Amino acid sequence: MAIEVRIPTILRTYTDGQKAVEGKGDTLSGLLEDLDGRHPGLRGRLVTEDGGLHRFVNVYVNDEDVRFLGGLETALNDGDSVTVLPAVAGG
Amino acid sequence: MLSLPREMVDAIVAHARRDHPDECCGVIAGRDGVATRLFAMENAERSPTGFTFDSAEWLRVYRDIDDADEDLLVVYHSHTATEAYPSRTDIRWSVNTPGASWLLVSTREPSYDEVRSYRITDGEVAEEEIRVT
Repeated sequence: MAIEVRIPTILRTYTDGQKAVEGKGDTLSGLLEDLDGRHPGLRGRLVTEDGGLHRFVNVYVNDEDVRFLGGLETALNDGDSVTVLPAVAGG
Repeated sequence: MLSLPREMVDAIVAHARRDHPDECCGVIAGRDGVATRLFAMENAERSPTGFTFDSAEWLRVYRDIDDADEDLLVVYHSHTATEAYPSRTDIRWSVNTPGASWLLVSTREPSYDEVRSYRITDGEVAEEEIRVT
């Protein structure tokens, strides 16, 4: 099943400049594993070493922030749209 | 140098005063380096010492800017007890917005609005002149 993933400018170095890529997976975690095969390094910018979602990015499934869904275990269905954005914060 | 219309600078200062003692935040979109639109945003932290763009609002704003073929020209926020200079946290987060100016307003003095702008590249902070048009 195909899921469209929209990639922000700062991560397009991992996608040969493409604004959107396609992948597959039953969960967000599975999708990121799948994408990492074709776009090495992308997953490492989204997932921390201990397996959590990096706080420097926001990931949305159908425009819902996955932090308010199931995080990396958020279930995905064919035709879902995933958007990645850099988080913006400061002190 | 950053050129901004007077009404945008005034709107940012008004936003900072309104949200004081919490920090305010927002962005200015631009095209070819010319400021086009101001987005005053929610500080999801509602904190006097930090800010985070509300994730749902940021998605809407980002799409709006992207769909209009505009760029993120400025990220702005306020400091409510310290000077208008990027904190270490600001410098760390600025890597997420390459090419954008970081504009800061200090509201620590009730009767003086300190507004300054910076380019932050690889952790190096360079102040830039703000030209109000």
